[in-house]
Amino acid sequence: MASELTPPQRSVNHLLPFCAGFLLIIVLAAICAPWFSSYAVGGFEEKRLLEPPSSAHWMGTDGLGRDLLTRVLYGARVSITVGLGTALIALLIGTTYGLIAGFKGGNWDHGMMRIVDLFYGLPDMLIFILLSLVFGRNIGGLLVALGLVSWVRFARIARGQVLQAREFLFVESAYALGASRRRIVVHHILPNIIGPIIVTLTYSIPSAILAESTLSFIGIGINDPYSAWGTSWGTLVQDGYRAMRSYPHIIAFPAAAIFLTILSLNILGNGLRDILDPKQR
Amino acid sequence: MIFLLLKRFIHGLIVLWAVATLTFTLLRLAPGGPFDSERKLPPEILANLEAKYHLNEPLTEQYLRYLAGIARGDLGPSYKYLDRGVTEIIADTLPTSALLGGLAIVFALGISFPIGLCAAYYRDSLIDRFCLFVATLGISLPNFILGALLIWAVALQLGWLQAGRWDDWSSAILPTITLGAAPAAYLAALLRSSLVETFGEDFVRTARAKGLKESAVIAKHALANSLIPVLTVMGPLIATLLTGSFVVEYVFAIPGMGRFFITAVTDRDYPLIMGVTLVYTAILVGANFLVDILYGYIDPRIRSE
Repeated sequence: MASELTPPQRSVNHLLPFCAGFLLIIVLAAICAPWFSSYAVGGFEEKRLLEPPSSAHWMGTDGLGRDLLTRVLYGARVSITVGLGTALIALLIGTTYGLIAGFKGGNWDHGMMRIVDLFYGLPDMLIFILLSLVFGRNIGGLLVALGLVSWVRFARIARGQVLQAREFLFVESAYALGASRRRIVVHHILPNIIGPIIVTLTYSIPSAILAESTLSFIGIGINDPYSAWGTSWGTLVQDGYRAMRSYPHIIAFPAAAIFLTILSLNILGNGLRDILDPKQR
Repeated sequence: MIFLLLKRFIHGLIVLWAVATLTFTLLRLAPGGPFDSERKLPPEILANLEAKYHLNEPLTEQYLRYLAGIARGDLGPSYKYLDRGVTEIIADTLPTSALLGGLAIVFALGISFPIGLCAAYYRDSLIDRFCLFVATLGISLPNFILGALLIWAVALQLGWLQAGRWDDWSSAILPTITLGAAPAAYLAALLRSSLVETFGEDFVRTARAKGLKESAVIAKHALANSLIPVLTVMGPLIATLLTGSFVVEYVFAIPGMGRFFITAVTDRDYPLIMGVTLVYTAILVGANFLVDILYGYIDPRIRSE
């Protein structure tokens, strides 16, 4: 994620438990959405349009009389899948690419990193929009598009770490002892670079969630109203934005869900970085 | 130095070519065409349309025609706006976007410097913690939510400003804040950490020991040395502003290039998408080029290399 800005140094540590707790709730909501809510995700009641929060509808209802809590719970599925899925795809592509570049060295490394630089310099949202035109506006296409945008970060980190790790004496001694290349990568290099990669992973989850919800908000993200996946939080914010003047509750809840999820993940990322990568502090 | 700049310039041209090729390929791969609509067009009309936009020619020919057009500064016809070419649309909308982007940079620099300096100076104090927390909030708040929140609070509830207009200076206030908030938060955090490091350096201690005024220590020694990291992130920061601008222009209904880009994506107006992508890339390449020149001015070590 080229232009993506990473959160500031040092963590707000005493908030960590709250963030972890909130994220747990969101993950649970994503998995158990149907059991948490007694309303069907597409079900609407004609006589209960645009109701403010009440005991029957905790977050109120939207313009079609749909229960907003249910929609927000189902929306967690989109965000969590997009966040985790993208991060994993990017991790796989990027780390492999970086490892190969770092190991091959020389011209290979140079050429491979030029491609990374090209991607790194462009605004991700731009590449992402172009890719999503090719892969379609469904969750699968979105995952591929986002994954193809965010792998460069992992490639850079992995390559840098490999170049560093190659200089370690124990790697040199492993070579001298005649260890195979594969053994060196799996046993000596990977364990040493895993920390920075996990930190990068934690930061790419919120960037992916942010990118997805932004695109859905401007109407070029996931556009699949009848899927069991529910509607993206970005689309819910868009719905609420149109009715904001008179019915602010419709925008408030999904907006808060996006903000708190991204905030929690960023704070968690800072905490993890302090633990796993103390050099950066 | 001149050799270095020349090298950078050629590198920039290569990036532009690569992006042009990449967008061209991607958009040819994209399923669905610009002339797909609810009502299917008769084949004769479709054939005529394709002939008009040279879509019936072999791909290599289309590609070469496109590249030749770029070299002449002609980005082709828009599929959607029949009376205007892509170049014209961009020329009409770019100044608005550039003004908004410029204001946002000024805003971000203007508030991040005092905050970063304050946090670093009173390191680990309550002020520092507060600033850091605000920066984390600022980075985590998506710009479309901030924009909606500002419109709701300032325009709808308080009635101080009007939203959805773009005619005088007051209509630029909310969009500028929305676009500049995340870069400001990021810059403040970056400045803080770089200043904390500089304040620990020997030359700062020496400056203090020889009895220099505290304000001079900060301005001449600490701040001047913290400018390099700020300059380093200018490129990515401008990229963030560019993509941020589509969202902000959409939220505030500003007639800029980003808004046209979004409608172009919805309409599958491929020449307009390619044109705007190229202009964005050119802006980024230009910004990075400027940053390289500024590096030389700020850090003499780089100039001599």
